[in-house]
Amino acid sequence: MTHYGRTIAAIAVVAAGFAHQSMSLAQTAAAPKTEHQLAPLPYAYNALEPYYDAETVRIHHDLHHAAYVRGLNSAEEKLIEARKTGDLSAIQLWERLLAFNGSGDILHTIFFANMTPNGGGEPTGELMEQIRRDFGSYEAFRKQFTQAAVTVEASGWAVLGWSPEYRRLYIVQVLNHQNNTLMGLRPLLVLDMWEHAYYLKFQNRRPEWVESWWNIVNWPDVARRFAEARKNS
Amino acid sequence: MAHELPPLPYAYNALEPYYDEQTVRLHHDKHHLAYVNGLNKAEEKMEEARSSGDYPLIQHWERQLAFHGSGNILHTLFWQSMAPNAGEEPKGELADQIEADFGDLNTFRNQFSQAAITVEGNGWAALAWSPEFQRLYIVQIENHQKQVLANAQLVMVLDMWEHAYYLKFQNRRPDWVESWWNIVNWDGASERFRLIKEHSKAVAVR
Repeated sequence: MTHYGRTIAAIAVVAAGFAHQSMSLAQTAAAPKTEHQLAPLPYAYNALEPYYDAETVRIHHDLHHAAYVRGLNSAEEKLIEARKTGDLSAIQLWERLLAFNGSGDILHTIFFANMTPNGGGEPTGELMEQIRRDFGSYEAFRKQFTQAAVTVEASGWAVLGWSPEYRRLYIVQVLNHQNNTLMGLRPLLVLDMWEHAYYLKFQNRRPEWVESWWNIVNWPDVARRFAEARKNS
Repeated sequence: MAHELPPLPYAYNALEPYYDEQTVRLHHDKHHLAYVNGLNKAEEKMEEARSSGDYPLIQHWERQLAFHGSGNILHTLFWQSMAPNAGEEPKGELADQIEADFGDLNTFRNQFSQAAITVEGNGWAALAWSPEFQRLYIVQIENHQKQVLANAQLVMVLDMWEHAYYLKFQNRRPDWVESWWNIVNWDGASERFRLIKEHSKAVAVR
């Protein structure tokens, strides 16, 4: 998918009304299942300044994230249609779009919730203990997470997750949204390394984007996810 | 600390005539074991990197972790997804949910079979519950770690790597899939789904 190119074209045409329009469409369409909707941004567009600029946050949420929600709805509609007609000849395509857009939606929802103004610092409590147990120290964890992010090949994510099977934390390097994942991993902290996530402000300077991002990490949100993942795993 | 190969939950010949003893033996004792070993090695290498503070091969070990770690989990669930005489169809909440999300059992079965047969190269057909979207999906996993729906909770899986069926079925993938439906552990899948759904609101991303 060429989201970036599509975005550039879309910005000029629809500007700020876009997200609002796509959400009201989703709400009014009569479908056999509830359509997926774009999760609202949990803060103002400029709330993460100066570490994450308002323009990127706006485009990232209202255009990119919204596109994944639409893509997920479209893949599901196509599968419903295919089941109805019994014609499953394009199933590979719909499976791929389901995995790509569904994972894209989920990762972006966590990504925005993982950031907050006045974030940063270090985790505390049980999460910190688990990080020390699984990575040796917070510093070693942070260094590995940063390296995993900076070296993502092309588009992808650095993800800290809890494995219910192995009962430990892992850092994984997700490619696109749906590849190179550890099966069953519950994502706790995710960092978007697609160029659309940082290019307007940081261009080719990936390490600077990652360093900037550490200042707005919402550790209480990560700790809540960790507690729930561990309790229910 | 090191991961260990979970024992096969039944005898090597327990799934005959639908899944042959020789394949089950090789599949579990050699292939599955190799993923456990690969996972342990990837973790050791990452520990070494953390100790030294130097990450020159991080891409490689991240890939190995995802591949072998997922391979181990998928194979563990694959063995649990089969059993001799374990029900002819889903029960309880799983039966209701399949009806709600796919229309009826036959339609579900048809889509799952098609997803399995058309896996490009090596991969899996998987039935999974999405805590976020509160519905069942059939996903078509490539290798062990690609084309995965994020945070999907696996209910049952079918191995479509050639090592899973080649000795008996060679190029006849549809025959393997048809044979496999006879040994699906519906009782186990139904119970697994009940547990997954019980916890699924809590683990949903929001």
